[in-house]
Amino acid sequence: MSASVHVEVTVNGERRVDDVEARLLLVHWLRDELGLTGTHVGCDTTNCGACTVHLNGESVKSCTVLAAQADGSQVTTIEGLSSGDALHPLQDAFWEKHGLQCGFCTPGMIMAAADLLERNPNPSDDEIRHGLEGNLCRCTGYHNIVEAVKAAAGKGVPA
Amino acid sequence: MITAPFDYEAPETLDAAVRMLHENGVDAKLLAGGHSLLPLMKLRLAAPILLVDLRRVPGLHHIQRENGSWRIGAMTRHADLQDTPELGVVATVASHIADQQVRNRGTIGGSLAHGDPASDLPAVLLALDGEVTAQGPNGLRTIPASELFQDYLTTTLEHDEVITEVRLPATDDWGYGYEKFARRAEDWAMVGVCAVVKEAADGSCEDVRIGLTHMGSTPLRASATEAALRGQPLDADSIARAAEQAAEGTDPPGDLNATPDYKRHLARVLTRRALEAATRA
Amino acid sequence: MTSVGQALKRKEDPRMITGRGYYTEDITLPGMLYATIVRSPEAHATITSIDTSAAKERDGVVAVLTGEDMAGDFAGPIPMVWAPPGVEINTPEHWPLKRGEVKHVGDPVAVVVATTRGAAVDAAEDVFVEYDAKPAVVDPEQALEDGAPLVWEQFGTNKTHEWAVAGGDFDAAQAEADVTVEHRYVNHRTSGAPIEPRCSVAEARAGHLTLYSTTQIPHIARFILSGMVGVPEDRLRVVAPDVGGGFGAKLQVYAEEALVLALAKRLGRPVKWTETRSEHMTTSHHGRDQIAYVTLTAKRDGTVTGCRARIVADLGAYQQILTPFIPTLGFPVMGGCYAIPSIDLHFTGVFTNKMPTDAIRGAGRPEATYWIELTMDKLARELGMDPLELRRKNFIPKEQFPFETALGIVYDSGDYQGTLDRLLENFDLDAFRSEQASLRQQGIYRGVGFSTWVEVCGLAPSRAVGPQGVGLQAAFYESANVRVTPTGSAIVYSGASPHGQGLDTSFAQIAGDILGIDPENVQVLHGDTDQGAWGWGTYGSRSLSVGGEAIARAARKVQDKAKHVCAALLEAAPDDIELVDGKYQVRGSPDKSMTMAEISGAAHIPPNELPTDIEPGLEESSFYDPENFVFPFGAHACVVDVDAETGKATVVRYVSVDDCGTPINPMLIDGQVHGGIAHAIGQALYEQVVYDSEGQLVTGTFVDYALPTAAEMPHFETDRTETPSPTNSLGVKGVGEAGTIAATPAVVAAVHDALQPLGVEWVDMPLTPVRVYEAIQAAQGNGSGPRASEQGVDLGEHGGGAAGSGPTGPDEGGAA
Repeated sequence: MSASVHVEVTVNGERRVDDVEARLLLVHWLRDELGLTGTHVGCDTTNCGACTVHLNGESVKSCTVLAAQADGSQVTTIEGLSSGDALHPLQDAFWEKHGLQCGFCTPGMIMAAADLLERNPNPSDDEIRHGLEGNLCRCTGYHNIVEAVKAAAGKGVPA
Repeated sequence: MITAPFDYEAPETLDAAVRMLHENGVDAKLLAGGHSLLPLMKLRLAAPILLVDLRRVPGLHHIQRENGSWRIGAMTRHADLQDTPELGVVATVASHIADQQVRNRGTIGGSLAHGDPASDLPAVLLALDGEVTAQGPNGLRTIPASELFQDYLTTTLEHDEVITEVRLPATDDWGYGYEKFARRAEDWAMVGVCAVVKEAADGSCEDVRIGLTHMGSTPLRASATEAALRGQPLDADSIARAAEQAAEGTDPPGDLNATPDYKRHLARVLTRRALEAATRA
Repeated sequence: MTSVGQALKRKEDPRMITGRGYYTEDITLPGMLYATIVRSPEAHATITSIDTSAAKERDGVVAVLTGEDMAGDFAGPIPMVWAPPGVEINTPEHWPLKRGEVKHVGDPVAVVVATTRGAAVDAAEDVFVEYDAKPAVVDPEQALEDGAPLVWEQFGTNKTHEWAVAGGDFDAAQAEADVTVEHRYVNHRTSGAPIEPRCSVAEARAGHLTLYSTTQIPHIARFILSGMVGVPEDRLRVVAPDVGGGFGAKLQVYAEEALVLALAKRLGRPVKWTETRSEHMTTSHHGRDQIAYVTLTAKRDGTVTGCRARIVADLGAYQQILTPFIPTLGFPVMGGCYAIPSIDLHFTGVFTNKMPTDAIRGAGRPEATYWIELTMDKLARELGMDPLELRRKNFIPKEQFPFETALGIVYDSGDYQGTLDRLLENFDLDAFRSEQASLRQQGIYRGVGFSTWVEVCGLAPSRAVGPQGVGLQAAFYESANVRVTPTGSAIVYSGASPHGQGLDTSFAQIAGDILGIDPENVQVLHGDTDQGAWGWGTYGSRSLSVGGEAIARAARKVQDKAKHVCAALLEAAPDDIELVDGKYQVRGSPDKSMTMAEISGAAHIPPNELPTDIEPGLEESSFYDPENFVFPFGAHACVVDVDAETGKATVVRYVSVDDCGTPINPMLIDGQVHGGIAHAIGQALYEQVVYDSEGQLVTGTFVDYALPTAAEMPHFETDRTETPSPTNSLGVKGVGEAGTIAATPAVVAAVHDALQPLGVEWVDMPLTPVRVYEAIQAAQGNGSGPRASEQGVDLGEHGGGAAGSGPTGPDEGGAA
């Protein structure tokens, strides 16, 4: 038995190898060990979604995944959603449509929206609202977030 | 936010997982998707000394149709159920669980083993008269849904048993409805009702099964309503009359959002609506 | 072309959408330690012993300290800054760590500092505190009764203070009234709940302290914390990096901020404390929690003659920075948009064994608006008048602005008929009523509610609210410094401290237009006490109308100097230089012109011909203290559907017309309105901080505290009218709180309109399914069993009060 766990995870395309405390949450590994502070923590109960990242291409709440459970997986965070100067269509749409205010929920919201569009490339308003039910925002009233996701869907999100 | 310390193993075989549970007693817990257990641990409401992670164990991730029933591996995620429309009511119910991120991690085996009467899937298993297979130190056994749920967060699984598969009868020719009542989209059900109805050739009710979520310390069947509807015409009147009995035999806990009386009322209303949905052409 | 009035995309966003924002929790300093606070599980108790020995033994633990241990680390307690003339406010000493007694669940009793987050939390579990429980008092009206347990025995009462204000003769109005309506309203306790929890990081270097903190008020925090930890202001720097929402919850100086500073000073290493969401629910200040007895008097023709309110405000166990003042903050608009000749208001503050209340988005004004608007509806019913007709009859006519109310408050500008007219252009009420009638035939209960509202913001004229006014021991001007760099970019330093409002963008638009610089090349800096302008921070919808005006004034000084430099170089008179399309040119000779880059280059590296009476450099400051508040207003309509079988109310449409004066960036205005309305819908239908009858917090997580998701929110149909404020040169008013102030009465009125055919008279917020259901049952004569009460709900056998199950359930969890 071991309280320390060896993990090998591909994070934003880069292979990361570490020995982590068994209880270390994926979000704390990303933030504190890898310095990827774009992924945020907003609650203790898997409600707010600020910590949403992609695990093997699907959205997960990284506050409710052990770093150990991610061993052998691919993780994408907001920092790795786009490369170079080009923005992901969702990032661009959130900017264009004023889909963020304080910005704290935004990385998780964008990562959740990316999974939503992956599952449903042309969602209705209602499907967007329900598709983002795992992400809380206190600033926007969600109106412009929905507009941003619609705009990004119209532009076609790369798989 | 930070769990108590624990040891961690991710065995590569089911036997090894069972052995680890067996050797470490009740303070060892199984980890599947972790979406019931880890939130409790982060609030330090649970503090196991060992987590045995099933992620490497083969043979627990499948959805197969066989002889008129479904065999679903215990590590099958809610998202996989949601994405398999052939599962009918199970796919629908799975799509109502929490939110997509949770559905991308949470598993059917974990949800059933957790035994939370507020969770969506236990009442479905009960309504469909499904069963689970569980591997323990003494081999594999089958536990019918009616014998699985014992009390609040308590099942008849031994601490060293692992659910390996969930078996559900296919309900291709049954109508179904799921009514989940919650304050917010991502919340647990205040009350949930899963109804499946088989219509006879003459339009009457050949059979009906109704599972109730969060109406007691375990998921429950609305047996009185089922009995009242069997053999009756599936029209609005008989559905409404039968649904009036939906809360019989329930003992719902009151909480922040609902008194027991209110929950009984909701059970009656939602049962009627679920039956109406199940019998809609 | 000017940028003011344009929907410029935000300058803040590129970093935030790519995960490169910089929030306090993102800061990791060399050698940094982590603090965890041991908090009281008791609502009211004497601490009989604290055993820290086991915790100190644990690996990684650097210090475990109690209130006694740290008594010498603090030079002063957490202050409260309101001293209204002639009124004594009972204010107990309030120290960062408790000694002797705890007064609410979550009261801090000890702190653990360790090398990792986990070690600190582990050790905190090994701090053993023994308590001798005392009776707790939870209900504010019961707290005022004789024999109620006392939160603070030294005062001999739970009453903190009384404060009254009146104008006109209400008693006469009541005596002569044809119609009087009275109602008791509960405006319940809520949480600010920004998605970013609070976090503070402190470091000490050679006697100099730095605090990075999630605060809306870095400059205020510096002078207060300087006194609390005994360090002169010149040796204390407070930085607010990107702040993930505030909503008033970060308009505070908290125990934890002083604590991490004292710990960094004591231990010589950086210390970080990060709030958990449970801690936020427990110990970030709450808002609202007032009970009001409201009376309106009127003539038979609908002329409102008087308004009286008796308000009981549950302040919780301590006085935080503005705790007793906040309930009062709505008083200037208690008469709403209406010309009411007599207004008589009386506030009573009460201690209870709960977390203190303080400012949460709107702070007093949502309550005042709720009371006046819903009482106007009740008056209309009593008179048999259309509620909008009653409003129109009593609106202050637009030609009467500036309008002095019965309380001597001067509303700056308004056109209340105009916003209501516009609303009814966008919302076809006749069509709605016919749709409503046909839906009712189908058993669907749809209702509409209106709010025609005015609020008071732009805090604040120091003369009105400072020591000589209502008695805040502070001032509320704002300052700005505008600097043009040698190559023609601008740096704007503001004393405001935005945390989501988009001021980096709107301030750049204001300054850019005045300077003749593209806003793209204007950098707005704020939130660092060691850098640039001093200021009072961001709250009270003040940043644009006070902070923005200060920037405009400083920028105009720079423009003026630029004209002098330009004039000298072009051999023209300064008065003949005009700014046209970004060029400073000689009037009538557009070929003779300079860009700001050319002027600034000359100002910084002066060529020989610059006259000696012009100082080098291009930088000016301004301090702006407004002459008056600003008074945004508007008209909102909310449509809800109520499922009469389950009691569930859902907002299906929301139509608003807001007037916040001259728009700087309409996109940002809409965003503020959306968020404000959502906050109010949250209070009206979903959110409530609930303590049980023992003072235990029931809503300790986002499982139980029902912050709405996207699925609960409607599409918002916003519109604007533009009535400039005469208070400032920009003509702007605030908009950050407007939606929150406007919307609760509209939502609640809509639910009551829907329920009207069922005979329901009244349900207090939050209009949760069980409450609405029980009200319907009672109205139908089916009432049975105990009601789901405001407080002290029956939590059933699983205690905890989870609004579901899972995370707050007991610990015998099964496998995974």
